[in-house]
Amino acid sequence: MAQAATPKKKIEEVPEKLHVWPYLVRLEFLCALVVIISLTVWSIVIDAPLEEAANPTKTPNPSKAPWYFLGLQDILVYFDPWFAGVVAPVLIIVGLMLIPYLDVNPKGNGYYTYHERKVAIWVYCFGFLVLWIALIIMGVFLRGPGWNLFMPWQYWDPHKVVALVSVDLPYAFGIRDYLWSAIFGGGVLLAYFGIGTGAYFFLERKALKSVGFLRMFIKIQLALIMIGIVIKIVLRIGFNIKYIMVTPWISV
Amino acid sequence: MANKAPQIPSIAELMDKIKSGKIFSEIAKEITESQLWTSTFRHGYADTPRNRVLQIASNVWLHLHPVKMHRHALRIKFTWCMGGITFLLFLSTVVTGVILMFYYRPVGEYAYYDLKYLQYDVPFGMLMRNMHRWAAHAMVITVWLHMFRVFLTGSYKPPREFNWVIGVFLVTFTLLLSFTGYLLPWDQLAMWAVTVGTNMARATPFLGNEGPFAEFVGVTPRYDARSLLIGGSLVGPPALLRFYVLHCIFIPLIAGALMIVHFWRIRKDGGISGPL
Ligand code: HEM
Repeated sequence: MAQAATPKKKIEEVPEKLHVWPYLVRLEFLCALVVIISLTVWSIVIDAPLEEAANPTKTPNPSKAPWYFLGLQDILVYFDPWFAGVVAPVLIIVGLMLIPYLDVNPKGNGYYTYHERKVAIWVYCFGFLVLWIALIIMGVFLRGPGWNLFMPWQYWDPHKVVALVSVDLPYAFGIRDYLWSAIFGGGVLLAYFGIGTGAYFFLERKALKSVGFLRMFIKIQLALIMIGIVIKIVLRIGFNIKYIMVTPWISV
Repeated sequence: MANKAPQIPSIAELMDKIKSGKIFSEIAKEITESQLWTSTFRHGYADTPRNRVLQIASNVWLHLHPVKMHRHALRIKFTWCMGGITFLLFLSTVVTGVILMFYYRPVGEYAYYDLKYLQYDVPFGMLMRNMHRWAAHAMVITVWLHMFRVFLTGSYKPPREFNWVIGVFLVTFTLLLSFTGYLLPWDQLAMWAVTVGTNMARATPFLGNEGPFAEFVGVTPRYDARSLLIGGSLVGPPALLRFYVLHCIFIPLIAGALMIVHFWRIRKDGGISGPL
């Protein structure tokens, strides 16, 4: 009955189902051989680093987290630790777990395709390759003392002075009063999420019935947070904006 | 009586057997029909369909595999082999890690010097340490690639949603394994990387002493999310011991259990996903 979806390339008269022994096990064996040999050679040639003994009184500059967390450490430039170090990782983990429940496109299940699921591929590639991998590469190679950016050919000058004249968004709009700043910043945030959500629901109103309200709502919130991170990076680098909203408890 | 005596084959006969290759099948027969062999393996040696099935089904190590699979799932272009390589690297860290444990003491005064000893005096100590560390780093990369592959092939779609969720736990635990291990050399690199990392816990909303809304909960530097993690307000010897126990016992056990569930679910969900 499922014969409608014949694979594009017809393979000759070999049966569709194969014995795992020997066909898979021998592949696994070869693969294991290659990996173990590479690992051994690599380990003979390159030694793991061991620096001087731990010394709580001597803080290195820069102090870097393990390389796989450097993307998060880089986000610290743009966000307070409660977001970059706690909320963002939780959102990443929860967001990843939700992917199968949010992406209800039945196409592209079990084969490579770009055309049948363009948006999904774009979102994942952007999150993984840009926000995660590119930031890690930048953190490993380009972040020097004081977490300043250095090009690979530049000397890591620990006394490099970077003029930091960043201001908060309400301040940039001429608001000097604390309370009004908080209200203005909160309003901007609310407007961003509100308009973003509204626009998405309007554009995708036809999908509402098949996809469901909750799914679409969570989807667009996660997307807006991801885009928001990029917006904040751009605001900081391009316009020296530090916070959007400032309150005594929490600042974004 | 006479024909009971062992026959010594003539040289010519022997040469004949070697040339025709018959000698190998005869030796193989001798071995595979011995009591030692037949008691070890629960299936015959001959390459029959039945034995091919039994090879997998009656072997405790191989039986997580299905006995048959779709041919498309064999293509390296499809899976990139990344899940399997991740698992192999995990096993490598387990083996080399146990060897390291024979020499390493998670005590502030000893840890660093145990590593020096391991590197300079223990036969193959440096190699074991290198393999452990590089396999751990490689595992982080391969698990990301595995996840990327699974995403690109849409293999998280029904019926495999739950296995994707297990996978996200696995990638989290892989990172935590690597991170807790990072502290154990007890050198400058280790101490400060973990200081940077665990400082984040200070900022946990409600539960970290510098986090938002902490004042409503009343956490202090000595009693908050971070001190729970590192057993104090600084990355010191208690943190070393905590990370050691997490790294060598707690996280590997959980990750190992999750991997078994992961593999079991691959089978129950109908094997590797495919275009049918
Ligand atoms: C310690 C980490 C992991 C190990 C050892 C592991 C191992 C494996 C293995 C051996 C396979 C068989 C196919 C293949 O090799 O690609 C597999 C499949 C799969 N893995 Fe993982 N995995 C891990 C982490 C993950 C992660 C992080 C995810 C996703 C978030 C994931 C999701 C899946 C799914 C959905 C399948 C089924 C793929 C299909 O049917 O095509 N796994 N895993």
